[in-house]
Parts: sequence; C-alpha cells; structure tokens
Amino acid sequence: MAEPFEESTLIETIDLQKHFGSLHVLRGINQQVKRGEKVVVIGPSGSGKSTFLRCLNLLEEPTGGTILFEGADITAKHTDINRVRRKMGMVFQQFNLFPHMTVLQNMVLAPVRLKVMPRPEAEEKAMGLLTRIGLKEKADQYPRALSGGQQQRIAILRALNMNPDIMLFDEPTSALDPEMVGEVLDLMRQLVNDGMTMVVVTHEMGFAREVGDRILFMDEGLIVEEAPPAQLFAAPRKERTQRFLEKVL
Amino acid sequence: MGFLEQLSRDFQNNIIAGDRYMMLLRGLGTTLLIALCAAIIGIVLGSVIALMRLSNFRLGKRFYPFRAISSFYVDVIRGTPMVVQLMIMYYIILAASSLSKEVIAIISFGLNSAAYTSEIVRGGILAVDKGQSEAGRSLGLSASQTMLLVVLPQSVRIVIPSLFNEFIMLLKETSVVGFIGLMDLTKAGDFIRSRTYAAFFPLLSVAVIYFVIVSILTRVFARIERGLRKGDGRTI
Ligand SMILES: Nc1ncnc2c1ncn2[C@@H]1O[C@H](COP(=O)(O)OP(=O)(O)OP(=O)(O)O)[C@@H](O)[C@H]1O
Ligand SMILES: [Mg+2]
Repeated sequence: MAEPFEESTLIETIDLQKHFGSLHVLRGINQQVKRGEKVVVIGPSGSGKSTFLRCLNLLEEPTGGTILFEGADITAKHTDINRVRRKMGMVFQQFNLFPHMTVLQNMVLAPVRLKVMPRPEAEEKAMGLLTRIGLKEKADQYPRALSGGQQQRIAILRALNMNPDIMLFDEPTSALDPEMVGEVLDLMRQLVNDGMTMVVVTHEMGFAREVGDRILFMDEGLIVEEAPPAQLFAAPRKERTQRFLEKVL
Repeated sequence: MGFLEQLSRDFQNNIIAGDRYMMLLRGLGTTLLIALCAAIIGIVLGSVIALMRLSNFRLGKRFYPFRAISSFYVDVIRGTPMVVQLMIMYYIILAASSLSKEVIAIISFGLNSAAYTSEIVRGGILAVDKGQSEAGRSLGLSASQTMLLVVLPQSVRIVIPSLFNEFIMLLKETSVVGFIGLMDLTKAGDFIRSRTYAAFFPLLSVAVIYFVIVSILTRVFARIERGLRKGDGRTI
C-alpha cells in the first residue's frame, strides 16, 4: 500500500474488477467508505451495483483488485472471510429470512452459533430491537405470517443483532408493495441517526437525497460520477448522469 | 366338484396346509427387514453422495474430485440392473466373506438405493432458494453451518415425499433376493408353487400382501406429509 491507511476509513476498494466469464461487470472501482458515512449507489439496471455491493463482503469473488476492510486485505488468500462477514450486515431485496425458523430464531442463529454472544444475551438484544420497531409480539411467528415490510424490517434486525460495523443494502424496498416502503425506510433512517456506516443500493431517489452523504452514480461497471446529493441531483456534471436522472426523477 | 369347492380346497392346500402361510409371513419379515435397513443406508450414504456431488473442492483449475467420484458411482449403479449388482456382491465381491445372505442383500440394496436417494437429496438442496445460503453466509456462518442449519432443514421437507416413494420402490425391488437364495416374500410364494404345482393361490397371495403393505405405507406417509406441512403453516 502506497498511502498510509486512514484510521477513519472502514472499507476501501482498489481497482476492483469482476468478470462473469467474458462479461466485464466491474471495471476498476476505487472507493473509500469512512466510518459513519452513508454512501448511496444509483445507476441503471445491469450497471453492476449489486455486484459491487456483493463483492464488498465477498459474496461475489472479485477477479481483480483489492478490498481493505478495517485495514486488512480481505481479498488475500489466508483471510478468514466468515470472521470478516460477521462485521458486515447485508440486507437483500428478497429479505431471505429463514422460513423454517421463527423471527427470534432467525435473529439469534448467527450470534449464538458464532459465539458472538451467549443465547440469553442474543435473545434479550433481539427482543429489545423488536420492541423498538413495535414487532415484539411477532417474535415467535414464522416469516410466512408476516407482511413484506415486516419481513424486511426483521431481516435488517437480524443483521443488526450481530453488532456489525457496516450495513450493506441491496435495493431493500424494491420487492415491497408501495404502502410498505415507508416503514422500511423509517427503520433505515433510525440506523442513519444511530451513526451506522451504510452502503445502500436503491432506486428511491428521495431517500438517497435525504440520507446520503455521498451518491455514487454507476454505469457500465464504473463509478461515473460521485458527489454529495445536493450537488449530484441538482447539477450533475456528466452527461450519462444527467440522462439517467432525467429518466428517474 | 363345484368351482367354489375346488377353490376352497386349493386355498387349503396351498396356504393353510403345512403352515404355508407362516412361510409367507416369514418371507414378508425378510422383505421388510432388508428394505428397512437398506433404506437407512440409502439415506445416510445418499446424503453424503449428494453433498459430494455439490462439493466445490477443487484440484487445479477445473478438477472436482468429489464430484467426479460421486457422479461415477451414481452412473454405474443406475446403468446396471439391481439383480446383477446383487449377484456380483454375493458371488464376487463378498464371496469370501462370512456375512449372512441377509446382510449382503442389505448392503447391496443400500448401495443401490443410495445412488437414487442422492439424486433426490441433491434436487432437494438445489431447490432451496440461493438467497437462503447467501443470507446464511452473509451473517458469517461457514459453508457447512449454512448447509446444516439453513439449507438442509428446508430440503428435508422438499424431499420427504420422494424419499417415501423411493422406499416403496425399494420394498418391491427386494423381490429379486431369491437370486442369492434368500427366502423373502416372493421367493416363499414361488417355493410353495413349486411344491403344490399350483401357481394361482401362492402367487396371488404374494401380490395381495405386497399390495396391502404398500397401501398401508402410502396412507401412513401421506399422513406424515400432512403433519409436516401443518408444522409451520407452510405449503411446500
Ligand atoms: N452470477 C452472474 N453470472 C453471470 N452474470 C451475472 C451474474 N450476476 C450478474 N451478472 C451480470 O452482471 C451485470 C451486472 O449485474 P448487477 O446485478 O450487478 O446489476 P445491477 O446494477 O445490480 O442491476 P439491477 O438494478 O437490475 O439490480 C449484468 O449484466 C448481469 O447480467
Ligand atoms: Mg441489483
């Protein structure tokens, strides 16, 4: 590493590349996310947003470049990726709650199995989080019995129950009925207020503008433009950004 | 002599006389024993084979040794008749062993059933949404923890109807153990036929007994499946 690693940088990608066979999906991404920062990624469908996010916790294996998390190269061969992932929560478009477990079981599975905390503590923490969002009485229900919005909020809590240092969101509201989008965004706002570091891929431009410290506009595997929301939405510099924003705003 | 009288005499001679029905029942016992023990081997070994077929362990760039071994095994078992496998096991592979015929039959049918079961289990694992294992991995669970805690419990529900079906096939397929001189239900019926020189009652009884056993099992299995579905209010 040429430059010294800045203490406040939580995650950094250096020339991150991803190929799917002959398809070059990420073409060299250089990004830093600081502790407490909220980064929002926008861009057209197929531009590589999900792939970028999934590379950050190595759900996709990069085919080139380096990812530093808390100063350590997690793309190195000897890295214990399971240990790294404990510190990175991820929220999926399709919620992906475990259907054969109750809400509470979903939330305590990883912390207990990975010995992050003993079961009583994990359950207490889970119940505390559920109480905070008014879903305490759902603790013993199965995901099937819940609405999409409730499921997604519980999926967020499941990730939070691991005490992550960063939360990655891949279009968390895209699979929801419109009337349920608000409750999920409200919970995400709470995380923002709690100072959580967040990388959010979303089509919710209003939310991006409201909570983003920095917006990344991605197209064809590159970050074409990045700026604070006020600037990027009001005065995009690149033509591709302008064309995209005209379509979605 | 009237027709009915003749029929009742035949029944008497073929089934009752010399406690021949006991022979059929003992045969049924052997049939059930072999099928049950083989099914257990089949499920355990079949699951191992399924995991091997899905294993990502790699030597060099593109050689997956576990996948190669397991798919070769499945191909060989599926590509040859059960009776031939049974005879090879009895007359060649285990010819020098002191194992009883029952045990050899159990091993042969177990190894055979494992191949078919592995395909069922593999299908069940692949049928679980990919997002489930991604969610498990993203929480920091290892690949094997995710398989064990997240994927397999969901696969079990998916594969149970097919496993029950496989058991019923297996039960009927054990009817060839007479080839190595075991007295199962089928062989018992055939033996009686060769003694009384009347085929009708011995063979019909055998067919009826198989049919009744399979009908009972089908009903029991259907009830278990219904119970499982109710378990958490799901409908897969
Ligand atoms: N597992 C995969 N195998 C092959 N190609 C893939 C795979 N995953 C993604 N791709 C391709 O990579 C490109 C980028 O996909 P990605 O999902 O990252 O886009 P995205 O920006 O998230 O799009 P969307 O807004 O539709 O979610 C697309 O062309 C996609 O078809
Ligand atoms: Mg996407």
